[in-house]
Amino acid sequence: MTTATQTAAADSFSSGSALLTLMKLRTFIALFAVIIFFSIFAPNFLSTANMILMTKHATQNAFLAIGMTFVIITGGIDLSVGSIVGLCGMIAGGLIMYGVALPLGYTMYFNVIEVAIIVAVVGILIGAINGLLITRLNVAPFIATLGTLYVARGMALLYSDGQTLPNLTGREDLGNQGFSYLGSGTILGLPVSVWILVAVALGAAYFARFVPLGRHIFAVGGNERASRMSGIRVNRVKMFVYMFSGFCAAIVGLVISSELMASHPATGTNLELNAIAAAVLGGTSMSGGRGTIGGTIIGAFVIGILSDGLVMMGVSSFWQMVIKGLVIIVAVVVDQAQRRLQQRVTLMQMAKAG
Amino acid sequence: MSGIDDGDVILELKEITKAYSGIVALKKADLKLRRGAVNVLVGENGAGKSTMMRIIAGVERPTLGEIWLDGERIHLDSPADAVRHGIGIVFQELNLFGNLSVAENIFATRELTRGIRGIDHRAQVEKANEFLNRLEAGISAETLAEDLPIGQQQLVEIARAVSLDTRILIMDEPTSALSAAEVDVLFRVITDLKARGVAIVYISHRLEELMRIGDYITVLKDGQITGHAMVKDIDTRWIVRSMIGSDAKDFAKQVDHEPGEEVFRTENICLPRAQGGFAVDHVSIGVRKGEILGIYGLMGAGRSELFECIMGCHEHYTGKIYVDGQELKGRDTTRRIRNGLALIPEDRQREGLVQSMSIANNLTMASLGQFLRAGFHIDVAREAKAINEAIRNLSIKARNPEFDVTSMSGGNQQKVVIGKALMTGPKVLLMDEPSRGIDVGAKADVFLTMRRLAGEGLAILFSTSDLEEVMALSDRIAVMSNGRLVTVVDRRHATDEMIVSASAEGHKTKRMHA
Repeated sequence: MTTATQTAAADSFSSGSALLTLMKLRTFIALFAVIIFFSIFAPNFLSTANMILMTKHATQNAFLAIGMTFVIITGGIDLSVGSIVGLCGMIAGGLIMYGVALPLGYTMYFNVIEVAIIVAVVGILIGAINGLLITRLNVAPFIATLGTLYVARGMALLYSDGQTLPNLTGREDLGNQGFSYLGSGTILGLPVSVWILVAVALGAAYFARFVPLGRHIFAVGGNERASRMSGIRVNRVKMFVYMFSGFCAAIVGLVISSELMASHPATGTNLELNAIAAAVLGGTSMSGGRGTIGGTIIGAFVIGILSDGLVMMGVSSFWQMVIKGLVIIVAVVVDQAQRRLQQRVTLMQMAKAG
Repeated sequence: MSGIDDGDVILELKEITKAYSGIVALKKADLKLRRGAVNVLVGENGAGKSTMMRIIAGVERPTLGEIWLDGERIHLDSPADAVRHGIGIVFQELNLFGNLSVAENIFATRELTRGIRGIDHRAQVEKANEFLNRLEAGISAETLAEDLPIGQQQLVEIARAVSLDTRILIMDEPTSALSAAEVDVLFRVITDLKARGVAIVYISHRLEELMRIGDYITVLKDGQITGHAMVKDIDTRWIVRSMIGSDAKDFAKQVDHEPGEEVFRTENICLPRAQGGFAVDHVSIGVRKGEILGIYGLMGAGRSELFECIMGCHEHYTGKIYVDGQELKGRDTTRRIRNGLALIPEDRQREGLVQSMSIANNLTMASLGQFLRAGFHIDVAREAKAINEAIRNLSIKARNPEFDVTSMSGGNQQKVVIGKALMTGPKVLLMDEPSRGIDVGAKADVFLTMRRLAGEGLAILFSTSDLEEVMALSDRIAVMSNGRLVTVVDRRHATDEMIVSASAEGHKTKRMHA
């Protein structure tokens, strides 16, 4: 009797660990599943042109998702990124078209690199405002960034009274041409924005592993109290993640308006939700402490490929929403199941070992 | 003890095992509860008493084992199940809804209603007052729970449990916040309940109380039952022996070395309590190089709060702190650590570990600055070397430093927390209950490490509520009671009685004022 139960327990234990491994690889499995599915059912899915186009789409989500991953790892959330994308796009367009009017009747124009820097700083500043609200004024991250979501979107609309800024080609006499390079230029056959993503992703992954502040992000999200007791400056870590998230959003704002050669104030609406979805799909735990940049990038690509593939198959956009939602829910359910299974396996092991 | 009259057993636990991440709290423990008797449960902190009670109350489910009630096997999956079976509990921590009235608290989840016309508040208050009067509590059922002092809140908890018409009533340290007069009332209520056939489970650290009220006694040690007897057959020495075990703690032998000059001193540390009075009351204390200073005190004596003030975790404390004769200016933990202080917190899970990180990352999280190249790049090879060194020095049983820290036993987790603190290179090490919730072997390791560190010139300040521990480990012993530092004596002149009576000092004066 005892032997029977023991073998049964051993069986369930080993099958449990096999299941665990499968669950841990779920993001990869999901990526391959969508690629295989669409290469069978969507015509032209595997063509080079389509691959590059899809990569470009996924890139936008991936930028935001990288910033979002750090924020979520600290146990927070940043709902304002979509609006920052819109506002930053408008500022970029405005700087190129109108420059900055100085009080003495002069107007100052900036070249494209200066514009990019100014826009990045604006993104970082909005992130800093989020960070200050959360650390100094103790506003819950959800509420603080919900507030900045509305404020930033409102400011983007006010900037041009809701109008689109078209034709951002710049003028030769002002030396601010070449804005289109960011969105439509290519290096070695790949879009410039993809190269920037590679740089940002590698930088973020390096940062998470080899820089103290990056390691502290995980500690703060895992146990804020223990982190504080270990001398980690928790507020500084939180300020950083929101500022970095704002920076990532600014890049997306630049990329989108450069691609379209126009700035529209509603750009980026709901992108924050895609970013959160990508992070979660990539294994970032909403309760903080766990997540990887690599997983997030794969998550962003799963979502990007899923929506583009469905379009190519001619699935109605209403169904696309339903499917995307289901995929996210399944991802989180599997994540929870994995955690519970893992816990049970360790506890049973310990109880047996006595 | 062979001749135990097993009486009328109402509830029986058979081979209950409960594992938490990091520690096995109960190992195949058996327990029998008898009708119409006070079943006393004793054991040191972390012996598993509270876990056992939480299982009986349906708050926790056992990992392995069976529960039998009146000869029938039952499953307690939720507190509601337990209540349905007539099991009530008064928890150690207060579980009242501060924003509700006393009557609403007593009838929470089983409100007296008038059909669809909602809650009958008047009837609730009336009945609640009845229960409270039986306890001679002098509390009006209409007051808000949060407006009551702690002692009276405890009485409300007891009233709630009594009102449930329970067959089994568990009281987890019910007297810890009560005055002597309130304890007398409580004991009268217990006698009354006993006469009505209620099985009472009584947990307390106060041995004289147990001897006075108990009928049966069960002793727990490290999650196992080590003694079971009728109270009339035994004495307090028997209890202590069963609690501590025959392997009378294998403490590290005193390594004789003379402590050096004073490295650490506090002057008049004060921390006001929210309810008035002081959690830390003008504490001035000094530690010398290579010296182990043990701070003995009961729960709530202010030891943890003192340590937290020293580490800069509280903004509102007053007083001065010196390291190497220099007054510390910065009031935040980061700068305190840089100044050579380090704390092993009492609550390992909440304040010591980051559960989601690996063993390695937990060890180095406080000291990453040491491994930097070019000011920002962590030299992973150097970090790995330091991690392996710490694992070896502290004899941490880690199969792989990359595993989750929660995959280890509590003792090894504690060693990781100690390792983390040591890697910051402290001059003064503060250890708050360093042996709490870890097994005997790990305890011995921890004590050995403390001795070795002191030998290497580290000044160690540790707190404990274990008398034997403080006597065996310390060079000097400080006793705290109710926030005050009552006395500091040299180990050579200290006696058990002296220390125990000093630890009650603060409460005596409090009762005289009241």
